[in-house]
Amino acid sequence: MKRAPTHSYPGINLGEHHASAHKATEVVTFGFWVFLMSDLVYFGLMFAIYITMIDAQAGGPGPHELFDLKSVFAQTLILLTSSLTVGLAMLALKYNLPRGRIVLWFGVTLVLGLSFLVLEVRDFMAMAEKGGIPQRSGFLSAFFGLVPMHGLHVATGCLWLIVLGIQLRVKGMTDVVISRVVRLALFWHFLDLIWIGIITIVYFGGLTYG
Amino acid sequence: MDRRSEMHRRERRRYVIGYGGSLLLTLAMFGVAQVYGIETVGVYLTIGLLGLAQLVLQLVYFLHIDRRRSSREDLHLVLFSTLVLMIMILGTVWVLGNLATRMHMHLM
Repeated sequence: MKRAPTHSYPGINLGEHHASAHKATEVVTFGFWVFLMSDLVYFGLMFAIYITMIDAQAGGPGPHELFDLKSVFAQTLILLTSSLTVGLAMLALKYNLPRGRIVLWFGVTLVLGLSFLVLEVRDFMAMAEKGGIPQRSGFLSAFFGLVPMHGLHVATGCLWLIVLGIQLRVKGMTDVVISRVVRLALFWHFLDLIWIGIITIVYFGGLTYG
Repeated sequence: MDRRSEMHRRERRRYVIGYGGSLLLTLAMFGVAQVYGIETVGVYLTIGLLGLAQLVLQLVYFLHIDRRRSSREDLHLVLFSTLVLMIMILGTVWVLGNLATRMHMHLM
């Protein structure tokens, strides 16, 4: 069992099978990590605001009336599975598997991402029906500044997935396209990490302290 | 060709292990909430630790962040960002929590 020979940045490494793509990817991937970390700062501060706002419900509806844990559970499983499938898409690309396999994993990821969004929007609509709108209280403002922002990221990821799918079809598996898929996979995994923070702090934290 | 498919299998197994572990931790998290109710601090602490474990698991198995020499620069980037973030988050919560206590807003 030998270790992968060239491993110069986190996330999946293209390695020797894509020597030129590997070199091109190295620098931009590090840059992309810098972007992810600044994005993390945004989410982190929104978490901090949410924590300080949990009690600021101003007599409006609180976590117990608004949160639907069953739906959150489904969303968690969907997003986790999509994190696996985007990784498998990346591996299919790395090991030059037939294009059909790559398209399959891309498609599955897209469908999962979109179903996540559908469930999330349904949750927001159910919350709005119970009077849980952003301007109702500080707690709800903090909630709607954080969770839909994550949803927006997922929506952007879906759009990115579609664009890359088209590029793979039109341009073929060129170095540039491959390196873009590497970054998309990083972005997608990152979103799943943020989601873990959301279920732990926003949903369970809200239910415990709200 | 043989070595490649061997490497492919190994990397795929990494993802599957990460997925399986995350799945178990997620089920444990919601299971604990379901069985014990989410009212007490002890239960919430358990849930928080399960979340933290899943975070680390995914960083290692999905994002491939570890202490391998080659990925150390990125590890530094991640650790430093986390440090700055923790100062900001804990500082915010500390200062505002303190304020709330002194203003008798019974926060937390």
